Amino acid sequence: MRHLLTASMPRDEAVALLDLAEDMHQIQDRELKKLPALRGRTVVNLFFEDSTRTRSSFEIAGKWLSADVINVSGKGSSVSKGESLRDTGLTIAAMGVDGVVVRSGASGAPALLADWIGRPVVNAGDGTHEHPTQALLDAFALRRRIHGDAARGKALDGVRVAIVGDIAHSRVARSNALLLPALGAEVTLVGPPPLLPPAASDGTRLGVRAEPSLDRVIDERPDAMMLLRVQLERQAGKVAPSAAEYITGWSLTDERLARLGDAHLLHPGPMNRGLELSSRAADSDRSAILEQVTAGVSVRMAVLYALLASDHPAPDHASSVSGGAR
Amino acid sequence: MTTLLTGAAVLGGEPRDLAIEDGVLVDPSAIDRDRAEVIDASGLVALPGLVDLHTHLRQPGGEQAETVASGVRAAAAGGFTCVFAMANTNPVADTPAVVEQVHRLGLEAGLATVRPIGAVTVGLAGERLADMTMLARSAARVTVFSDDGHCVHDAELMRRALEHAAALDAVVAQHAQDPALTRGAVMHEGPLSAELGLGGWPAVAEASIVARDAMLAELAGARLHVCHVSTAETVEVVRAAKARGARITAEVAPHHLLLTEELVRSYDARFKVNPPLRTDADVRALREALADGTIDIVATDHAPHAPEAKLAAFADASFGMVGLETALQVVQMACVETGLMDWAGVARAMSTAPAEIGREPGYDAPLAIGSPAHVVLVDPAARAVVEERHLKGRSANSPYLGRELPGRVLHVWHGGRRTLAAGEIVTGEIVTEEVGR
Repeated sequence: MRHLLTASMPRDEAVALLDLAEDMHQIQDRELKKLPALRGRTVVNLFFEDSTRTRSSFEIAGKWLSADVINVSGKGSSVSKGESLRDTGLTIAAMGVDGVVVRSGASGAPALLADWIGRPVVNAGDGTHEHPTQALLDAFALRRRIHGDAARGKALDGVRVAIVGDIAHSRVARSNALLLPALGAEVTLVGPPPLLPPAASDGTRLGVRAEPSLDRVIDERPDAMMLLRVQLERQAGKVAPSAAEYITGWSLTDERLARLGDAHLLHPGPMNRGLELSSRAADSDRSAILEQVTAGVSVRMAVLYALLASDHPAPDHASSVSGGAR
Repeated sequence: MTTLLTGAAVLGGEPRDLAIEDGVLVDPSAIDRDRAEVIDASGLVALPGLVDLHTHLRQPGGEQAETVASGVRAAAAGGFTCVFAMANTNPVADTPAVVEQVHRLGLEAGLATVRPIGAVTVGLAGERLADMTMLARSAARVTVFSDDGHCVHDAELMRRALEHAAALDAVVAQHAQDPALTRGAVMHEGPLSAELGLGGWPAVAEASIVARDAMLAELAGARLHVCHVSTAETVEVVRAAKARGARITAEVAPHHLLLTEELVRSYDARFKVNPPLRTDADVRALREALADGTIDIVATDHAPHAPEAKLAAFADASFGMVGLETALQVVQMACVETGLMDWAGVARAMSTAPAEIGREPGYDAPLAIGSPAHVVLVDPAARAVVEERHLKGRSANSPYLGRELPGRVLHVWHGGRRTLAAGEIVTGEIVTEEVGR
């Protein structure tokens, strides 16, 4: 594995990565949460966009693997003074870092950096494109919910997942629409029509089924529902509906929660309680939201380990996990 | 000085000789062959000098990417003897002073005729009309008006611009792009833009403006030219407008005849252009429309950019590709080798018709005795991978680098003056009179 740029990967590679994350998960129960695997390695978290939770998660993951982790933020650095993406990347690479975790507002920026700098690159979210570690942690948390401690080696065959919200602008939705079907899940995208991405000639969107009506999807009793963060200020009144309209059609209200039955609830955070889902839903025993956060550290440890540990025998992951690079 | 070209396939036809004397084509049987420079043109196709109705020369204001002098080198390398320079310079070509400057720089550069295009609106801002009559009456003799890079999207402004143009026998060349439908758009809208997470540019944003403009042109009794048609939908709109008798002409850029949106998968900003690369179906429709005359001409939309403008994330990079050097090769590949067009058709689409639209004299009787000697010799059998050294302008943002293209422009005469010899630029003396009129 050279880079993690996309969540598009074959099933066996995804399962292997989730299993590696299970190994990492075990150390969270230890008193001393530290593995020596990346001792002497330096990882830079290069965040052109603010993101406290993803950056912290990568930082903890790197530190638990004994890597030196440096955070470089776009704001206040030379980046905000007009330095190009390429020059920033080359400068950081020239300092001798071993891997770069990139968050960027520009779709495709991690793939370009991977080409330019010749170091392992992890996509920590790029524009409205992908957020592969988020999809991996979603899959990890869902697999644990379903299979418990017997999750190792398993996929998500036949698990029906509804992803609800602003699909068109969501990198979380994109990565999940790639990863979950590879693991055997059936994904349905749900959202206001202007917030669904363009359809292919066969009617699918992002390669999976799309459905504007949340109520119809709830009637199908999916096994899991992922509520995406909604930013209604984005082209308010034109592309995005009002909050009231959104809640009427697409919020997981208490009433819908009751009809949904025992589906697992996921949310990538940060939540707008009362908008994407009710507080009762967020705090119910169906909610895997905090488990997702915990899973995030395990999955990111697995990714950093697979990319940077010299003794990791992972060449068979290489082709597709780095599939976004050329 | 007399030059004799022997055995050239004139417009792709049977081999015959051509003779150039005192800047015009003369009867080869009437010259003194012993005193003529003889060029063996057997196996080569002779075409009239190419005319590009849509070139960005970047001067004034963008000299790090291109100048008039470097742009005409690119033109000569591609077989062009006349280029129309778009108005989106800095300052904008909305006053006689700017168009006359560009005109003068063209005369000084030689190599090709440079015809400045005037802005439709002041500063390309789409708010009030430029002084179109003053531009037309300037020493630069503006005959084409365009806000290219921006759509004249206010319908009333477009109507009034067309009314002025009709009185001046000028043409308004519209960059058809509804701004409201293309906010944040950087690639063709469809399943691929959804997958790549890039802002989509729907086909309807082009076709709807063209439909409106065709009706406005009919109302004004004016000539409308549609820049860089990129979609099958727009082809249908143009076809219908022509069938009604509207005075509408249309161009297609070479890259839209060959390349598709699939190239954007790389996020390589060399493939970022406006309007964007579209689908296979669009490419097919555009080729057929060019072959059947629905689209009148090929125009390069040569858009040079300095490297830093392209070494950026896709959404942040500049739009545009250089195209003068490779245009004829791309047309050969997309339209000639596919059997859709013959060389006479290429001459019409890349020389006679654009000159007619731009009211540039001297191109109405291609390679006929008595015509100005704007002549191109092409080796259609050559094939080569495009390399940076083939690009003679200042910028190298070509989408064809590393790609094999057929054909090679070998020799070019502009008004009888040699501008390209065996593929290399002939740097002549500075010319201050107008050539070939």
